[in-house]
Amino acid sequence: MKTLLVGEYRDGKLLGSTYELVAFAEKLGADSAMFLVGSESDLPQYNGTLYFADLSKYSEFNPTAHKQLLLDVIAKEQPEMIVFSHSSYGWDLAPRVALALKAAQVSEVIDLVDGNLVVPTCNSKLRRDVKSKTAQTVVTLQGGAFGLNGEPSGAPTLVKVETDAAAQVEFAGYEAVEKGGVDLSKAEIIVSAGRGIGKPENIEMIANLAQALGGEYGASRPVVDAEWTEHNRQVGTTGQTVSPKLYIACGISGAIQHLVGMKKSEFVVAINTDKDAPIGEVADILAVADLKELVPALTEKIKSL
Amino acid sequence: MKILVCVKQVPDMESKFKLNTEGKWYDNTDLAWRMNEYDEYAVEQAVQLKEQVGEADVTVLSIGSDRVKEPIKKALAMGCDRAVHVVDEASFAKDPFEIASIIATFAKDKGFDMIFTGMQSQDRGSAQVGVLVAEMLGLASISTIVEFAYDNGQVTVRRELEGGLKAIVKAKTPALMTCQLGLNKPRYPTLPNIMKAKKKEMLTLEVATLLQVDAVQETTRMYFPEKKGGGIVLEGDVGNMVNEIITILKDKTGVLA
Repeated sequence: MKTLLVGEYRDGKLLGSTYELVAFAEKLGADSAMFLVGSESDLPQYNGTLYFADLSKYSEFNPTAHKQLLLDVIAKEQPEMIVFSHSSYGWDLAPRVALALKAAQVSEVIDLVDGNLVVPTCNSKLRRDVKSKTAQTVVTLQGGAFGLNGEPSGAPTLVKVETDAAAQVEFAGYEAVEKGGVDLSKAEIIVSAGRGIGKPENIEMIANLAQALGGEYGASRPVVDAEWTEHNRQVGTTGQTVSPKLYIACGISGAIQHLVGMKKSEFVVAINTDKDAPIGEVADILAVADLKELVPALTEKIKSL
Repeated sequence: MKILVCVKQVPDMESKFKLNTEGKWYDNTDLAWRMNEYDEYAVEQAVQLKEQVGEADVTVLSIGSDRVKEPIKKALAMGCDRAVHVVDEASFAKDPFEIASIIATFAKDKGFDMIFTGMQSQDRGSAQVGVLVAEMLGLASISTIVEFAYDNGQVTVRRELEGGLKAIVKAKTPALMTCQLGLNKPRYPTLPNIMKAKKKEMLTLEVATLLQVDAVQETTRMYFPEKKGGGIVLEGDVGNMVNEIITILKDKTGVLA
């Protein structure tokens, strides 16, 4: 099988997730070539053909031009599979390419089992094996699902590509989400609040437990979206990535975007009323309980130690 | 200005799921249903845009069995003007390409200036339908928006990226936006608006009149993930649970030392 891997650049740098695509192709036992809109100053360590378009000409976000560049490469390479990261770049570009190719797109692949593409469903509570019915297949890979065994190595053979496709939208630059204040990445103990806390007043209960343990409190995305706490406490893909000695997840179901941000924690306690919540997958202790009872009781006990 | 917003009905993700008899999807019975969370932001943005520009007409569309009249009614009560119910008992089995084709066939030649969809559904989660609809219609599209501003045919949005960055992107209408969580604050329908919604037009269309393509992928099997974590599950009395947690933390971590 032949694959085309679509590497990714962000803010002038190659993203490490590009190597996850290489790992996927290796696991598949497939030949690969790579496509990248980037700059020659930071090329992937990769032994293979790299179809390369210059960032300064096509920018990091120009779906129409990137699609056309890719379609030209695909016409030449004839890959059976075109592989993206399931990222803000990948899930935006992949359907455009898939439709143009009349190809199936299988999104957020987490595993390959006996040649089947495995994807999560219903907030990872279920899995599906998915089969493409088209000659070419577009896939997007869940972040962190595939990894190289060793360090990346090699040097690509550059083939420069160009297009004159006009942009349909205008990319006007990046903006940093307000940061500062709390650096959770250095915290040794984090107690995090999820949607299960029910109301904003209950943040205090989470903060109290964190304080009793000498740690910081964090939050999952829904809590931040509801403005129950500040964005600089958000743990997950679009927030901070943390690796504390102890992580206590209170009322957090465990959406993949959250798990990605905390799965390097040394010890995880999950408090949840739903015994089947995906957070249980990464928890060393799953306490099936109402956090509004358990958290204050635990806080009192720890204070008394 | 003509606005279209697409909504999907999904099960509450806290539900206890079972598999259907074919083992290819979850069993549709005994579930609590709600509007896909991402779509609530899409509906809110459509209604806010109407409120901003004044002269606008918002159509809400949903595909599914009679059950999907519930999210349709909610969207009408939130402020959409009219509804389209595409009747399809088997919508859950359709792939993103088929669903997008149904929507695009409906929307074609209707002259929508703006289309809003969720960036993905909570159950299938393919994150494809919105972008596919735009591509099928030849419209500009921007996915995963967390901020939206409109001024005289010019749309300026922020796309949410990974790792604390947003991208500022501009487009001219007609265009399609896929909405990320946190884009706005979806309103709760008030009782007077729920009553008003009952009088709004709901057009019913059979899916066969809009579906002109075949599926490009199939789910061959659905199943529960293997429980791989060797985690300890604690249940029962909260007092005992506290003691057990403390004992384990002392034993396995250094944090209470």
